[in-house]
Order: sequence, then structure tokens, then C-alpha cells
Amino acid sequence: MLDGNAVAGLLQEVFGTDVTAATGTCASCTAVDAVGAVHVYVAAGVVLRCPHCGSVLMRVVRSDKRLWVDLRGLRSLQLESI
Amino acid sequence: MAGAAVLGRLTWRVATVLDVRPETARAKTLVLGVDGWPGHRAGQHLDVRLTSEDGYQAQRSYSIASAPRQDRLELTVERIDDGEVSPYLAGDDLREGDRFEVRGPVGGYFVWRSDAAGDVLLVAGGSGIVPLMAMVRQRAEETSPVPTRLLYSARSWDDVIYRDELERLAGAGFEPLFTLTRSQPAGWTGYARRVDASLLGEVAPTPPAATFVCGPTPFVEAAASALVGLRHPPERIKTERFGPTGG
Ligand SMILES: Cc1cc2nc3c(=O)[nH]c(=O)nc-3n(C[C@H](O)[C@H](O)[C@H](O)COP(=O)(O)OP(=O)(O)OC[C@H]3O[C@@H](n4cnc5c(N)ncnc54)[C@H](O)[C@@H]3O)c2cc1C
Ligand SMILES: [Zn+2]
Repeated sequence: MLDGNAVAGLLQEVFGTDVTAATGTCASCTAVDAVGAVHVYVAAGVVLRCPHCGSVLMRVVRSDKRLWVDLRGLRSLQLESI
Repeated sequence: MAGAAVLGRLTWRVATVLDVRPETARAKTLVLGVDGWPGHRAGQHLDVRLTSEDGYQAQRSYSIASAPRQDRLELTVERIDDGEVSPYLAGDDLREGDRFEVRGPVGGYFVWRSDAAGDVLLVAGGSGIVPLMAMVRQRAEETSPVPTRLLYSARSWDDVIYRDELERLAGAGFEPLFTLTRSQPAGWTGYARRVDASLLGEVAPTPPAATFVCGPTPFVEAAASALVGLRHPPERIKTERFGPTGG
């Protein structure tokens, strides 16, 4: 198991800015955590899980030149505006 | 500059090895030159991408060991014998002039701001010292008065990365403490046990303003939950897990 820090680069590809310092709200248990602090599992794709209830927050799969992102488990994401 | 380090599109850049320095029997520091490097913050890492002749690519993360103001970028890599990437980066074949790709710096969570008020606790297991060393070096370069205590767990005295530099930097509010879990030199007066609640309770009797914990995943899990058990507020504890990825 890793954590959100390990996928900082991948998530920066997705969002165009760093989101590890952003806070996400789990759609299942409403816990709020920094993206850098959530649990990360790497297999065929990358799965981010809530460290409190284990629910999937986000999935990212790369194929050829595409990134596929599933954000269903994330109720909201709060970024500091620059 | 600090803003630029977290903004903008990520691009792969060529890193050239300028120097290789052995740190321990298993760890080496790579001094890199990267054209157009935008600067970094202490605690950030970069992604390394190796491409073989047949086009196969392998990508891993490595923390930046050097302080932000140093113009040369340093990584410290510990060799994992059956690994894909670390035996190359920390092996005997990497030479001055060799090149590979990097992108970064990345990560805005596990970073230390030298203007943040309050005392700091750094907890390192093995190569988890690397991003914490960037913080220790920045603190020293800026002659920051921030009281900083480092608890560094290694197997033996010979496995302690940056040993001489850490001892040299001790004082002026910086206190490195070592715990050697497998073997200790004769006359050893430091700690000789695993990082657990009793050890952390001794090292940090009151919760510091900020705590950074980094190392192998099981080490980080154990140290962070022990701190929470000691009633350190969870929002003051930042963690970075190096893996392994399974489990
Ligand atoms: C944010 C971040 C920063 C990192 N910074 C550093 C750094 O500064 N210096 C550094 O040396 N490493 C660092 N790492 C770890 C690094 O990214 C690689 O995981 C490590 O070098 C092993 O890669 P490999 O290709 O050699 O091994 P792999 O081929 O990935 O793995 C080979 C075998 O070793 C096991 N393994 C993998 N990693 C570990 C581990 N950490 N401990 C024990 N067994 C392991 C695997 O499960 C597997 O069985 C960092 C990781 C992250 C996520
Ligand atoms: Zn949850």
C-alpha cells in the first residue's frame, strides 16, 4: 500500500495542478482528508481509498494515450485557489 | 518560485548524472543536473522514468534530498536487491554523464514550510530519511531557529544515511536521535528498539506543532497510529509511505 503522495505526478497529469494538498470528502463516510494522506493501491490501474472506511475514492487507469478517471467515491474536492 | 514549483504542466526532462556518492553499503546519492528545473520545496519528490532499448519503461518516485536553494538536485536511492529500478540507480554501473528522464517536482502535501511557526518532529525509517533531510538541510541553510527533533530508525549504525552530516548539524535547536533495531556498535548509548508508542512518548512527550513521518509502509503505519494513540492531533501528522506497493 502507498498513499496519495506516490501518485502526485499522475494526479497532476489529470488535474493540471497539484492536488495532494487538496482535501477530498469521502462520498461514503464523509471523512475529509488531504489527497496526499489517502491510501493508494497500484495494480492495472491506481485506486485511491478512504483511510477511514476503505471505500474507493478515485480510480485512474492509463491506456495508450488516454487517462480514464472514475471520481464516483469523492463527494467533493477542495483546492486552495492560487 | 515556491508557487511555480506546484503550478503548471508536468513535462519529462532529461537528468544528467553529475556525481555519484556512496552513502551506505546499499544507498547512493545521485547529483543531477536538470535543464529548466523549476525549483522545489523540502519534502517534494520527482518521478524517474527509465526506458530500455526495446522501449520498455519503468517509473518510480524518488524524494529530493537537497535543500531547495541548492542548484544541483540530489536524490538518495537505497538498493532493493530484486528491484527493477533501484539496483540500476544505486548500483555500480551508473556513471557520471549517464542520463534518464525525470518529471517534477511533485507533491504539495508532504512539504515543510520554513516560515511555519512551532516545533517539528521528524520520524524516519530507513530511506524515509531522504525527504526529511531536505527539511533538515533547508533549516540549517536558513539558520532557522525552529526546534526540530529527528527520530531516525535504521538497522545498524552503518545503515544510517547522512550519518556524519546529521551529527555535524546537531545543536542550534536540531536534535537527531537514532534507534538501531538490529545491531548496535560497542558502547552505543542511543535507542535500540522499534519505533512504538513508548519510544515516541519519550521522544515527543508533548505533541509538536508539526510531525512528518516517512519510510516503508509498515513503519509509517505503526509510527502514525502510535502518535495518534498518544493523543497527538491527527491533523498535525503528515505521512509519506514508500511502499512496498503490495499488501
Ligand atoms: C513518494 C515516494 C518517494 C520515494 N522516495 C524514495 C527515496 O528517496 N529513496 C528510495 O530509495 N526510495 C524511495 N521510494 C521508493 C521507490 O519509489 C521504489 O519503490 C524503490 O526504489 C523500489 O523500486 P524497485 O523498482 O527497485 O523495486 P520493485 O521492482 O518495485 O520491487 C521489487 C521488490 O521489492 C519490494 N519492495 C519495493 N519497495 C520496497 C520497499 N520500500 N521496502 C521493501 N521492499 C520493497 C517489492 O514488493 C518487490 O517485491 C519512494 C517512494 C515513494 C512512493
Ligand atoms: Zn470514507
